[in-house]
Amino acid sequence: MSSKTSSVPFAGTKEQEAELLQVIEAYKDDKGALMPVLQQAQEIYGYLPIEVQTIISNEMGIPLEKIYGVVTFYSQFSLNPKGKYQISVCLGTACYVKGSGDIYNKLIELLGIQGGECTPDGKFSLDACRCIGACGLAPVLTINDDVYGRLTVDDIETILAKYSE
Amino acid sequence: MYRSHVLVCGGTGCTSSGSAQIIETLQTELEKQGLTKEVCVVQTGCHGLCALGPIMIVYPEAAFYSMVKVSDIPEIVEEHLLKGRVVKRLLYNETVTDAGDVTSLADTEFYKHQHRIALRNCGIINPENIEEYIGTGGYEALGKVVTSMTPEEVIKVLTDSGLRGRGGGGFPTGIKWKLARSNASEQKYVCCNADEGDPGAFMDRSVLEGDPHVVLEAMAIAGYTIGANQGYIYVRAEYPIAVARLKIAIAQAREYGLLGKNIFNSGFDFDIGLRLGAGAFVCGEETALMTSIEGKRGEPRPRPPFPAQKGLFGEPTLLNNVETYANIPPILLHGAEWFASMGTEKSKGTKVFALGGKINNTGLVEIPMGTTLRQVVEDIGGGIPNGKKFKAAQTGGPSGGCIPAEHFDIPIDYDNLIEIGSMMGSGGLIVMDEDNCMVDIAKFFLQFTVDESCGKCTPCRIGTKRLYEMLDKITKGQATLEDLDKLEELCYYIKDNSLCGLGQTAPNPVLSTLRYFKDEYIAHVVDKKCPAGVCKSLLRFEIIPEKCKGCTMCARTCPAGAISGTVKHPHVIDPDKCIKCGACMEKCKFGAIIKR
Repeated sequence: MSSKTSSVPFAGTKEQEAELLQVIEAYKDDKGALMPVLQQAQEIYGYLPIEVQTIISNEMGIPLEKIYGVVTFYSQFSLNPKGKYQISVCLGTACYVKGSGDIYNKLIELLGIQGGECTPDGKFSLDACRCIGACGLAPVLTINDDVYGRLTVDDIETILAKYSE
Repeated sequence: MYRSHVLVCGGTGCTSSGSAQIIETLQTELEKQGLTKEVCVVQTGCHGLCALGPIMIVYPEAAFYSMVKVSDIPEIVEEHLLKGRVVKRLLYNETVTDAGDVTSLADTEFYKHQHRIALRNCGIINPENIEEYIGTGGYEALGKVVTSMTPEEVIKVLTDSGLRGRGGGGFPTGIKWKLARSNASEQKYVCCNADEGDPGAFMDRSVLEGDPHVVLEAMAIAGYTIGANQGYIYVRAEYPIAVARLKIAIAQAREYGLLGKNIFNSGFDFDIGLRLGAGAFVCGEETALMTSIEGKRGEPRPRPPFPAQKGLFGEPTLLNNVETYANIPPILLHGAEWFASMGTEKSKGTKVFALGGKINNTGLVEIPMGTTLRQVVEDIGGGIPNGKKFKAAQTGGPSGGCIPAEHFDIPIDYDNLIEIGSMMGSGGLIVMDEDNCMVDIAKFFLQFTVDESCGKCTPCRIGTKRLYEMLDKITKGQATLEDLDKLEELCYYIKDNSLCGLGQTAPNPVLSTLRYFKDEYIAHVVDKKCPAGVCKSLLRFEIIPEKCKGCTMCARTCPAGAISGTVKHPHVIDPDKCIKCGACMEKCKFGAIIKR
C-alpha cells in the first residue's frame, strides 16, 4: 500500500473510539493481537489514520513506529479513506489472461483516477486486487460486496451507472 | 424425513453468480407450494464446475441443474419438486442423452476421471452443520487416534502412506510430524497455512468453504501427535465465506467437545484460534506466516532454525497446508496402503487443481497423481474455447513455470513437473492459448513479485524490479540479444541469493518461458514483433485494400482520428497516429483489418 498519509481531516467520533477501546480490551490477553485489532479498527473507521494508530499504540503499549510498520506492510490496511463504493478489479492470473487488464484501464479512464485513489466526490475508489478465487467467472471485479463476473470492457459503463444515483 | 433434498452450491464462484438469491427464491416458492416439510434445501460447498454456476442438484434423482436463474426456480419447483417431472431443458447438457434420458453426473467427462479424497465432502454436506460432517465419518479418525493410537503409530501411518505436503514444496508429511514431535518443549503449536495467495488458485478456499471441519479434525490429530494443545489457522481475509464458515465450525466443535478440554475423555486438550491475513503474498511462506501471526510485519527469516525447532513465538511448530490436512483423516481411517495404492511411485494419492484461463470447464478438480496434462485439459477441462490451440499450462503460480504442448503427455507428479522446469505448487493450473504472449505472461508474474516482495533482502527487492524492467524493454521492442543473456544471468543470481522461497522462485516464470518459448523472445528482440499480437508497442494495424469496402465505419470508430479514406474506397491507417486500441478491428464487418 501507499505510505502517503491522508490529506482528508480526521473525523472520528466518540462512539467509534469507545468501540475501538472495547475491541482492544477483548484482545488484551491474546498473544499477537495487533493484527486482529488493526483489522477491526479499520472496520470501525474505514481506514487507519495516524490518529487511530496513536490510540492503539497508547492502549496496547506498542510503539507507534511498530504499528505504522505493520500498517504499511499489508496491502489491505489503508492510510486513506476509501470511496463509498470500493471497486476492486482482479488482476490474478486467470482474470489477467482473460483481459482484466483492459477492464482496469477502462475504469481508470472512466473514473479519471489511478488505482489506489478515490474520486474527489468520495464516491468511487479503485484498486487492483489479487485473486478472489472466482476464477470460474473470470474476468471479475467487485464493488463493495457485489461481484461482477464474465465481464467485457463494454459492460463497465452500465455497471458504474447502477451506482450513480 | 424429507422426500427430496435440493443442494445449492454456496461456494465463492456460485455465490458470485447469484446462488444466494436462488436459495431465497427456492424457499419462497416451496412455501407457496406448501412443500417446506417435504423438500429440504441445503447450501453446500463447491461442486467444482464453477463455469456452470450457480449449480443445483436435486436428490434422490441426482438431477444436475446448471447456470440456474432465479426465473427458472418457479418452474423447477412446480414441475420437478411438486409433480416429479425433471426439467430436462435446464439440466447440464452432458447429463441428458440425445434420447432424452438423464444420466449420472459421475459419468460426465468432467467427473469420471476424478477421484475425490480432499474434496470428498465438498458439495455434498452442509458445511455449517457439524452433524452432517459427523454423519459422513467425521471426527472418527480423531476419536480413533486419541483413544487407541500412540503418536508414533500415527507418524508411521503417515510416513507409510507417502503423503507429501500439498502446499507446493512436497515435503514428506510423516517426516515433518516426526521432527516436530522430536523437539521437546512445554509449549508447541500446530498451524494451518490457509493463506492461498497464488493468483488463480482456489483449492484450499473450496475445502474451507465446503468442509471446514476436516481441517479442525486433522489439526487436533496433529496436536495429539506432536504434543501441542494450541492451533492457529492463518487464512486470507480475501476469503470472507471461508472465514465465516471456519468461525461457525470452531464454535460447533467446541460445543460438541471435539475441541477444548479432555477430548473423547482421553485427557487431551486442544483448541484452535483463527488469524486473518491482510493481503501480503509473502505470508504464505512459512516463516513469514508465523511472524504475521505474532502481529508483526510478515517478513520471512532465515532457516535454520526450522519451524519444527523454533517456530511460532519461538516454540516448536508444525505447519501444514489445508489440502494436506484434508487428506489426513481419510488416511488414518482407511490405512496407509489404501492411500499409497493411488498415484505414482514417489507421489501418492491425489491432487486438487484449480483449472482456469482459456479452458471450457473452469473449476476445481481432484485427480490421481500421474494423470496426464492432456487428460486434465482435454477430457476433464473440455478443451480450449473457440477452437483455439493449446499453447501452455502454467502451474505453481508466480513460483512456477509453463508446461508447453510438447510435454502434454507427461504424468503430473512432483518430480516430473520439477524436471520440466515447473512445479506442482499449490494447484493453480492456468491454460493459455495461441493468443497469449509468453513474454507478457512472464512480465505479468514479475509485476506480481515486484509488488509482493517484502523488501527485506536485496536480491529479491531490487533484482525482481530489474528483471521486470528488462522484460518491459523486450515487450516494447527496445531490447537487444545481449539483454536476453543478461536476463538469464540475473535470474540465476536472484535464485541463488534470495532469503526466502518467494525470491528464490520468482525468476521461474522467466526461466521456463525462456526455455520453451525462446523464439518468442527473439521475435520481440530481433524482428520487433509480438507473434501473439499482445504487446501493444509492437503491434501494427493495417487495412487490406482488397477486402475494404470503404464503408467508413472504422474511420468513424477510431478515437485517434488515425484512419482516412473516402466512401467506397479502401481506407488507410496512419501508424504514427494509431494508438493500437483495436476498436477499428472489432467494428469492421468485412475482416479487412489485421494486426501484425
